[in-house]
Amino acid sequence: MTDERENGEDVTTPLLEIRGLSVSYRTRGGTVEAVRGVDLDVWPGQVTAVVGESGSGKSTIAHAITRLLPANGRIDAGTVRFGRHDLATLSEAELRTVRGARIGLVPQDPTVSLNPVKRIGDQVAEVLRIHGLATRRSAPAEAVAVLDRAGLPDAAVRARQYPHELSGGMRQRALIAIAIAGRPELIIADEPTSALDVTVQRVILDHLQRLTEESGTAVLLVTHDLGVAADRAQRLVVMSQGKVVEAGPTRDILADPQDDYTRHLLASAPSLTTARPRTPVSSPEAQTAPLLEVRNLVKEFRLPRTGERPRTLRAVDDVSLALHRGRTLALVGESGSGKSTTARLVLRLADATAGQILFDGTDVTTAKGIRARQLRRRAQLVYQNPYASLDPRCSIGEVITEPLRAFKVGDRASRLARARELLDRVALPSAALERRPAELSGGQRQRVAIARALALSPDLVVCDEPVSALDVSVQAQVLDLLAELQADTGVAYLFISHDLAVVRQIAHHVAVMRAGRVVETGPPEELFSRPRHEYTRELLAAIPGGRVPSPAPETTTSRGPVS
Amino acid sequence: MRRYVIKRLAQAVGVLWAAYTVSFLVLDYLPGDPVTAMAGAGMDSGQVDPKQIAALRHEYGFDKPVVVQYAEYLGRAARGDFGDAVSTGRPVTSTLADALPQTLQLTGAALLLAVVLGGGLAVLATYTAQRWLRQLLLSLPPLGVSVPTFWVGLLLVETFSFRLHWFPAFGNDGPKGLVLPALTLAVPTGAQVAQVLAKSLLTALDQAYVETARAKGADRWRVHLRHALRNASLPALTVVGLLVGQLIAGSVVVETVFSRDGLGRVTAAAVTAQDIPLVQGVVVFGALIFVTTNLVIDLVYPLLDPRVVVASDRRAALA
Repeated sequence: MTDERENGEDVTTPLLEIRGLSVSYRTRGGTVEAVRGVDLDVWPGQVTAVVGESGSGKSTIAHAITRLLPANGRIDAGTVRFGRHDLATLSEAELRTVRGARIGLVPQDPTVSLNPVKRIGDQVAEVLRIHGLATRRSAPAEAVAVLDRAGLPDAAVRARQYPHELSGGMRQRALIAIAIAGRPELIIADEPTSALDVTVQRVILDHLQRLTEESGTAVLLVTHDLGVAADRAQRLVVMSQGKVVEAGPTRDILADPQDDYTRHLLASAPSLTTARPRTPVSSPEAQTAPLLEVRNLVKEFRLPRTGERPRTLRAVDDVSLALHRGRTLALVGESGSGKSTTARLVLRLADATAGQILFDGTDVTTAKGIRARQLRRRAQLVYQNPYASLDPRCSIGEVITEPLRAFKVGDRASRLARARELLDRVALPSAALERRPAELSGGQRQRVAIARALALSPDLVVCDEPVSALDVSVQAQVLDLLAELQADTGVAYLFISHDLAVVRQIAHHVAVMRAGRVVETGPPEELFSRPRHEYTRELLAAIPGGRVPSPAPETTTSRGPVS
Repeated sequence: MRRYVIKRLAQAVGVLWAAYTVSFLVLDYLPGDPVTAMAGAGMDSGQVDPKQIAALRHEYGFDKPVVVQYAEYLGRAARGDFGDAVSTGRPVTSTLADALPQTLQLTGAALLLAVVLGGGLAVLATYTAQRWLRQLLLSLPPLGVSVPTFWVGLLLVETFSFRLHWFPAFGNDGPKGLVLPALTLAVPTGAQVAQVLAKSLLTALDQAYVETARAKGADRWRVHLRHALRNASLPALTVVGLLVGQLIAGSVVVETVFSRDGLGRVTAAAVTAQDIPLVQGVVVFGALIFVTTNLVIDLVYPLLDPRVVVASDRRAALA
């Protein structure tokens, strides 16, 4: 049981040994088996990554280990041996001596995982106090030391602040501090950086890796991102539909995946594949006037007064862009770079402070009322989160025909016909017309959102992170769809993304934004192979999957690592 | 912070003015006036000299145009003078001042009981792992809200005064006399506190930070009280602010049922007698208590939730 596919490495007993674990959730619709008969080992001092798409049960495993399942979740069978204990049958009181002290948890979303009404320092100190690792008097100073160890700058100051005063990256460091405070033997990291920018993600994962290497802590890394797993883990466990489909050393699995699903996952991972020539460069060349032209655009926000003089934030700083019909212009940058604000200005959802926006030759910078409405008819939007952007009370048919109703296009019958046609376009069955958004998957919902955006046959669709909330394999499908629709209808996309790997697949032209400014523009091939600006290089280096030795055999074209 | 308080105080003045104006208009719209009401109640209608009534009406100013009456009353009210009660001839302010301590005792005790019992119920109901106990406890608040106050009062009197002789059935004497009326008033109030707190506790317990706390090795009690309760207390606190108004209104019924002197009784008497100055005084006074409580509660928010003060900055922070 101890050595299965070990290559002469540490062949002692695993630190964590899961055998035949089955977990189910009781829901209104019946019992859902989330995890079925899973075996999983974590060796001391090693990083083991559990990879899979949403619904694969990977997060359930992470929670089942320390029995932190939601109230409707239940371990049906299996053992979770950790040291001498079987955590699956341990009493609640004994479990509490394990949680925090011997197993630390780095949760998924740093923005909601800290108690908003308690100071950072107190939240770290709490671990020490619970496990008797510090006294009431020594705990605050100890907490600062732990925060410092977790890489939080100005730890003493931060310790006295509240979560909302810290950025996402800093909050995740605070959560790492909570996880390492008790000097645990195992850290379970559940999508620890999925909510963060790529560059922040890299810095935090680097730090976590250094910390665990120094202390010999084992890590169970749960992630949907094969690139992250490939970079960080010695061992991979690939999950699909509650089962482990493949497990073993990372290198072996990446080089020679045995299971179909693993191959499929490798093929869809945007960070691991190269640009697919699916977006044909459409006929009209750049000679014609651009559909959208932005000149020296500036947007300032007033910040709350702190001192004597009013302060402003330049969210968009002297941005100039041009987008031609049938083309895709990608705005790339991290959160706070001003890319979304730029898009909002273009759609006249916000007022520009200075500069000019030309849409099809007309100045729409200050368009209001009827003129703004005319613009909306020709410029539509697809939002990031398909789970939130569709009204849950409307049927899909109502969602798609709403733009038509708003602009009083056609009658009931012709609108319905148009909705059918659009559904067909986005490859959904017309039966979906009667369904509600909640009955559809994330990918299907985003297809509906795209159909809605296309209802009025617009010239421009602004896509604000359209695939960020989707699983990788679904991402690939939606990107394919967008490219296909562009080829058919000649629509132009202003494509906003933080993910360079996604941008590489779809964009004809890329503008890299940082702190409100465009730092570099160019065609993606050029930008990716010969980045000129320091920041572009930094972004490229931060793409996970850079350490993957060779791409999976199933991918069409092979490509070396990015960095 | 100072600007916030000033703004809130200005709002409070606005609310008081609105309460005064609306009550004035309503009372003016009602047929009759205090003088005719008194005359009608005091003696057989035929015997009253119409001249005398007219003289009295003139004395109290009821014969002037409404706008003039309003302006005069408002001007005096702003200086804290609500005139004399028509029915007793005593100044309105001193009538209220005499009644106030009794009612403050009653509503204060009721509020305390409501928060302690209602809050306790909510915490217990959400803490217990026993499904049946949780269901049982959570079914109590709707019951408490729906039974009429006077009925609860009569039930309590019947049981604890007449049968068990533990507490007096009526009167204002001592803390013992306070128990039953305060409890009566606390039942619907506490039930609402319990409902809101239980709901927000359940919501808070579902949050990711609770999982973080559990992952630290915290026991359920610590998770419940130190993490969930403080986050859940904000909606409940808002409700408490609104309930103060309800308590004042409820004191009318409770003081009548238990024959206690106080603001509620004064109100009931004033309304019966159509004693406009007194009713106006009661309305403005009630509004004053309500506004003050809510101002205090709004100032307590930032102490419980550090994010509240910066709420106005959020838009800039997002940009």
